[in-house]
Amino acid sequence: MHDQNQILGYQPGTSFIYQLNATTKLIFMLLVSAACMITYDTRFLLAICVFSIILFKEAQIKWSQISFIVKFIVAFMILNLIFVYLFQPTYGQEIYHSRSIIIHAGYFTLTIQEVFYLFNLLLKYICSIPIVLLFLLTTNPSQFAASLNKIGISYNISYAVALALRYIPDIQNSYWAISAAQQARGNELSKKAKLSQRIKGTLNIIMPLIFSSLERIDTISTAMQLRRFGSKKKRTWYVARSFKKEDYWVMGLSVLSILIVILLWQLNHGRFYNPFM
Amino acid sequence: MKKQGLSVKNVVAIGIGSAIYVILARFTSIPTPIPNTNIELVFPFLALFAAIYGAKVGFAVGFIGHTLSDFIMYGQTWWSWVLATGVLGLIIGLACKKLDLKNGIFGIKQILLFSITQIIANIIAWIIVTPIGDIIIYSEPVNKVFVQGISATLSNGITILIVGTLLLKAYAGTKIKKGSLRKED
Repeated sequence: MHDQNQILGYQPGTSFIYQLNATTKLIFMLLVSAACMITYDTRFLLAICVFSIILFKEAQIKWSQISFIVKFIVAFMILNLIFVYLFQPTYGQEIYHSRSIIIHAGYFTLTIQEVFYLFNLLLKYICSIPIVLLFLLTTNPSQFAASLNKIGISYNISYAVALALRYIPDIQNSYWAISAAQQARGNELSKKAKLSQRIKGTLNIIMPLIFSSLERIDTISTAMQLRRFGSKKKRTWYVARSFKKEDYWVMGLSVLSILIVILLWQLNHGRFYNPFM
Repeated sequence: MKKQGLSVKNVVAIGIGSAIYVILARFTSIPTPIPNTNIELVFPFLALFAAIYGAKVGFAVGFIGHTLSDFIMYGQTWWSWVLATGVLGLIIGLACKKLDLKNGIFGIKQILLFSITQIIANIIAWIIVTPIGDIIIYSEPVNKVFVQGISATLSNGITILIVGTLLLKAYAGTKIKKGSLRKED
């Protein structure tokens, strides 16, 4: 039961970021992470990295709120970088069209270009994470659904997302309740059990979870139908808020980041910034 | 009564399905003796939902569920993998229209149809959609992404083949067979 609460979610607070409109935050997150996804320009990625860490400080989020997730991410990134290196140690020199060897080792010859490429990949992975974490921690799920609707996604889908966020804690609770019940009946799920036993044990949790949820779907959809959900083309949101001056500033900033990426693409003749030429 | 787009039931199914997806993706990934390969029991669940509620719900549960679980677990999404999960749900949903699950029928013929389509769906999702996305979005080395795709196809394909079939069989068992009621003489 130790990792029950290790899921990120909204936590109320009062700092500047909480005051922003959810739509603004969503647009900012989407545009900036899209910008980070497109470009491989080291300077831009570094700038975003520094910027998002400053934002993080500004939001007054405690380390304990995010420590487990950061460890998870770091482990995953290191593994991925090792794989990229193992599969094609020459990838860096192909991208940057030059070759300066650090360590001679046959197939695994390490070049500065490869290290530089891996460094860029690492930056790319980490630079948007603080922004996304901030968004998750500071945005109320209902406001999130309202903002999805506002950027043009149909309200049916927005409402489905809101439902998902609303029911994650509930389903998590039933999952652990069923798990405890099964363990009380002698169902071994820990690392000590054999693989086949663990699969069978987990299935014993999943089956009741799914079938009780199917009933839940029937109940909820009947309740929504009785309240005439989906009968009109549009829907208003109780939590929707209007834009303030700060919101326009933040949105301007996110558009600016996309413009910079387009400019850098022109300057670098492509995605990669090449200091070796 | 029937309108275009999503019915209320589909909306709820997408919402609850995505929530279950997040929980299963977080808690039911079982490590195998093969390094870096996990048995993801979330995919058989996705196959079941796609088979019950159809292609639209299958796609949306895969897409939204995977996006949310990536965001919540890693603080970041791998869009190429998210899209592939959606495609997996979509294809299984489309093919399972032919199954008569709601009437409690899931015999040898249906099992074969389900198994073949899910293997095709896995191949399209992990060997076509994901690697192309990884190359375009992240420009990772070609051989790395294809090896990843093939191993994902194998592990997810086998998991869905065994566990998915079990789940569908169990679901069909809860439904009343068509024509099972007879008028008393």
